[in-house]
Amino acid sequence: MSASLSTPTPPPTSRSTPQPPLPTPAPWRPVFGSWLTAYKRTWRGSIFGRFVSPLLFLLSIGLGLGSLVNKSTGGVDGVPYLQFVVPGIVAAQSMWVAMGESAYPVMGAIRWNKTYHAMLATPVGIDDILLGHLSYVAMQITGATAIFIGVAALFGSFGSWWVLLCLPITVLTGMAFAVPVFAFSATQEGPDSFNILFRFIMTPLFLFSGIFFPVSQLPAVIRPIAWIMPLWHGVEADRSLALGSPDVAGVLGHTAYLLVVIAVGGWLARHTFTKRLVV
Amino acid sequence: MLYATGLTKNFGDFTAVDGIDFAVERGESFGFLGPNGAGKSSTMKMVGCVSPASGGELRVFGQDPATHGPQIRARLGVVPQKDTLDEELTVQENLWIYGRYFGLSRSEVHSRTTELLEFAQLTDRARSKVEPLSGGMKRRLTIARSLISRPEILLLDEPTTGLDPQARHVLWDRLFRLKRSGVTLVLTTHYMDEAEQLCDRLVVMDHGKIVAEGSPRSLITEYSTREVLELRFDTDDHAHHGDAIAGIGERIEVLPDRLLVYTEDGDAAAAAVHQRGIQPLSSLVRRSTLEDVFLHLTGRTLVD
Repeated sequence: MSASLSTPTPPPTSRSTPQPPLPTPAPWRPVFGSWLTAYKRTWRGSIFGRFVSPLLFLLSIGLGLGSLVNKSTGGVDGVPYLQFVVPGIVAAQSMWVAMGESAYPVMGAIRWNKTYHAMLATPVGIDDILLGHLSYVAMQITGATAIFIGVAALFGSFGSWWVLLCLPITVLTGMAFAVPVFAFSATQEGPDSFNILFRFIMTPLFLFSGIFFPVSQLPAVIRPIAWIMPLWHGVEADRSLALGSPDVAGVLGHTAYLLVVIAVGGWLARHTFTKRLVV
Repeated sequence: MLYATGLTKNFGDFTAVDGIDFAVERGESFGFLGPNGAGKSSTMKMVGCVSPASGGELRVFGQDPATHGPQIRARLGVVPQKDTLDEELTVQENLWIYGRYFGLSRSEVHSRTTELLEFAQLTDRARSKVEPLSGGMKRRLTIARSLISRPEILLLDEPTTGLDPQARHVLWDRLFRLKRSGVTLVLTTHYMDEAEQLCDRLVVMDHGKIVAEGSPRSLITEYSTREVLELRFDTDDHAHHGDAIAGIGERIEVLPDRLLVYTEDGDAAAAAVHQRGIQPLSSLVRRSTLEDVFLHLTGRTLVD
């Protein structure tokens, strides 16, 4: 210490004895909180979009295309087209929301904003970063799905109160995309491959996962691709519930599959995050 | 507080930190001085428990970063080389969310934020976004943020690189206050004036190794002379003029743009040059600095 003549103004960290380590209960929660703080700047526009997107689908595909389908074939397997297609679109929307929240934001947090680096300088660890950020993504998917189901219900898209169970199933469907995409995004230096992901994986999945027509209409060689991807499982489970006479074993099977994808994705994400951030 | 022996960091075949030893006492201000690529930042990341050591022993607060990372980080403040602020959020929001990472309650974080914004001279910018702030303001905010957990050691990786002279002096003033209040400072820099201003003790690093250790004054006494005579000539190669002034002073260094004559008495050396009938474009006598120490130890300048 310098022997100064004047007494220095003690800055805020002034302390005579060292303090014990701070208690840090569940440090993933402040990580969730920080994403929420950022969201508070843009939530109005985001919520508006969440209402508009179901309306567009309901009017164009559900009612517009639906009336044609109903007139020519009497719906799909006896189900009016609106009730056939909407549960599938609910599942698909969770995939799009999951993608939007897991591609650029994760790569940007590593490459552009160093958000994760700032967190890692504190008691927060890799698992807290993953858990906190994924909880935030789950919250976004939950909100978007709840709004979609609510708006679609007003149009008579669902045959049963069982549709309420679609909410958790749809969140799992979204997370079955979000978690693996987290793992992928952490390996990316820039946004180039995201375009490939959106164009050549998400869009085909959207079109061929049994949302607009049953997978049984697809050529036999392509069907297994639809079965492997999480979206088809979400679509089938949602539709089964929304129509009101759920095939319980089927729904449980699809749910289990989604959980497996999330678990494997989580293991991968832990690996790629650690590799990228702890060097 | 901080103790390392044989500390090593490898990235593949490249050895960034090559078996260094150092120790830092409580309340001390300790610096790593060296050019870019000397291994300073890698060392800081290991001390900050965000980068695992490849070899050697490292203890922070007597604990091993490999096993007690979160516990150690709870007691450290980190000012990284590049600001990691959330530019979309406001100044105060940045402090709030950061304080929460340390498990502090909301009310505690809010009251500390008020104090720290005062300290960082940012009170009137509390509600503005970070993005439009000047480089110096962002740096002060990063320092304020690092203090929100009331750390026992503050790690500063090149705290003033890229700032204009005035902003650097404001920052030095803030850091000096912290030092006087008893916070242990550990910093890296490639500015010799920063090292002289802030460090009680420092190590000079080059190519991942420590080449000298001591207080700024003792390093200058040990590795340099009291004064330096700088000579510039109207020439393409200053080496040609080296022979002409050989024998004057204790030692001569040839740089691309000037000759440095190390001597106890600069004016006497200048007079001796004049007596030989040599006419330099300019001659300047100055005190030795850490730059001269570094030049002597490594044959290179600190900032290219």
